[in-house]
Amino acid sequence: MRALCWAGADAVEVRRVPDPELRNAQDMIVRVRRSITCGADLPLLDGRVPEASAGEVLGREFLGEVVEVGTEVRRHRVADRVVVGSSVACGACWFCRQGLLACCDNGTSGVTAEPEWGQPSAGGFGRPARLGGFAGGHAEFVRVPYADVGAFAVPESVSDDRAVFAADAAPAGWYGAELGEVAPGDVVAVWGAGAVGQLTAGAAVARGADRVIVVDDRDDRLSMVARHAGVEALNHRYVDVLAELRERSGGRGPDVCVDASGVPAEPNRWPLTEADGGAALREAVHACRKGGVVVVLDARPGVVDRFPLGALADKGLAVRAARRRGATAIPELLARMARDELVTEHLATHRMPLERGADGYALFRDRADGCVRVVFTP
Amino acid sequence: MARIRRLAVGALALTAGGARRLADRLPRRDGTDPRPGRWQKVTVAAEPERVLPAGRWPEPLRRLDGAVEVWARPAPGGRGTELAIRPLGGECTLPGFAAHLVGDDPGRYLRHVLRQTKQLLETGEVLRADRSPLERPGPVR
Repeated sequence: MRALCWAGADAVEVRRVPDPELRNAQDMIVRVRRSITCGADLPLLDGRVPEASAGEVLGREFLGEVVEVGTEVRRHRVADRVVVGSSVACGACWFCRQGLLACCDNGTSGVTAEPEWGQPSAGGFGRPARLGGFAGGHAEFVRVPYADVGAFAVPESVSDDRAVFAADAAPAGWYGAELGEVAPGDVVAVWGAGAVGQLTAGAAVARGADRVIVVDDRDDRLSMVARHAGVEALNHRYVDVLAELRERSGGRGPDVCVDASGVPAEPNRWPLTEADGGAALREAVHACRKGGVVVVLDARPGVVDRFPLGALADKGLAVRAARRRGATAIPELLARMARDELVTEHLATHRMPLERGADGYALFRDRADGCVRVVFTP
Repeated sequence: MARIRRLAVGALALTAGGARRLADRLPRRDGTDPRPGRWQKVTVAAEPERVLPAGRWPEPLRRLDGAVEVWARPAPGGRGTELAIRPLGGECTLPGFAAHLVGDDPGRYLRHVLRQTKQLLETGEVLRADRSPLERPGPVR
């Protein structure tokens, strides 16, 4: 089959690779109909993930049609149209039973590299095998482990282009508002107007926030989120963000600040330390009202220096973080998509055949031509 | 009681010999454990009777019979069972092929086996990695 593979730093290419196969009884095989670019791929693409091997298939977020199921798969049948959560989780360990699917103990495979922080989190598609990951969805077919846990039937009325965002971007945005415990009357600030930032802003509106303000440096993205989510926009190149946020929140500061700025567009060199990283997080901590909540929805690997610990302690902030949401919210989000309460098609600014995967990722990495996400069709 | 047990385990590790104390002071190479004989533990989301039915070791832990010692106890908060293993006598004495597999960090290998044991008990299967193209010779479509 054809698949978009990592071929080394700054190189991706479509290659012919063997078709995936059922490896466990709870696996299924999906014929991919849509897949999208993801900011979490960028560190891998520019060579910041030393565990990556050339030839590994990319693609964290995808949607498709079931073509083969393992003997222990109960919830899916051949020909079902499904969206697959980007995390691979077992549904049976203590963490999964608490609803923390992204923290699953059993979602990685093989002899995997152990992270410095001790325990691997859930597995994922399009992640290096040495980190326990699985081949991704930028391909004609993909193997889905623990299919009953991570895959969900798509309602007939929801288009492929909308539903594919339920794989990861929409759950991440939903989770940002949920982790922040956004409530009616809140002022919410979101750093980053990419797909996840825009969907976080929309989720905050849906939870009844009084004002939602999105901060970014791209006018095209800010216009898009203002138009589609009905929120306010601040371009940090033109305004004093901290002063604006104070003014727009009655001098208190936002109740909830979400860092959805993702991975910096500019490549940073290995090792992990990013001396200039974390600007959005620092600003979020400084902006947040006393006793407020700062949420980190980040996909960056490694270490961010100059974290304002003093401000955090002095203001009594709560910091919550998530790298991947896990699949818990997907059924609810699909239902909201079916009711047109959650619309995502506009985030697919570019549509391309899989063969143009390298062009698509170049656009996405550079945020060129107004690119927010690129949707690939195998 | 649990505290006393933890202390006892700690004391055992501390009295295990001068050679190890010396090794502890040597610079540590990344990925190696300065105390290769330490207990490796996982918490399995299952009752102790399921983890060690009638005292029998679960697969794939059974492969290490004779090379490691095992204990289990109920995990606090209803989280299941804490399952622990370490090289027999707290020393790295894995025989033959097992010794070859563990390399210079037996803890890593033991953690891998424990993890597989936990996966099998909790999910009914050991999650297998994708096969690489090199493992699957033949034409591609």
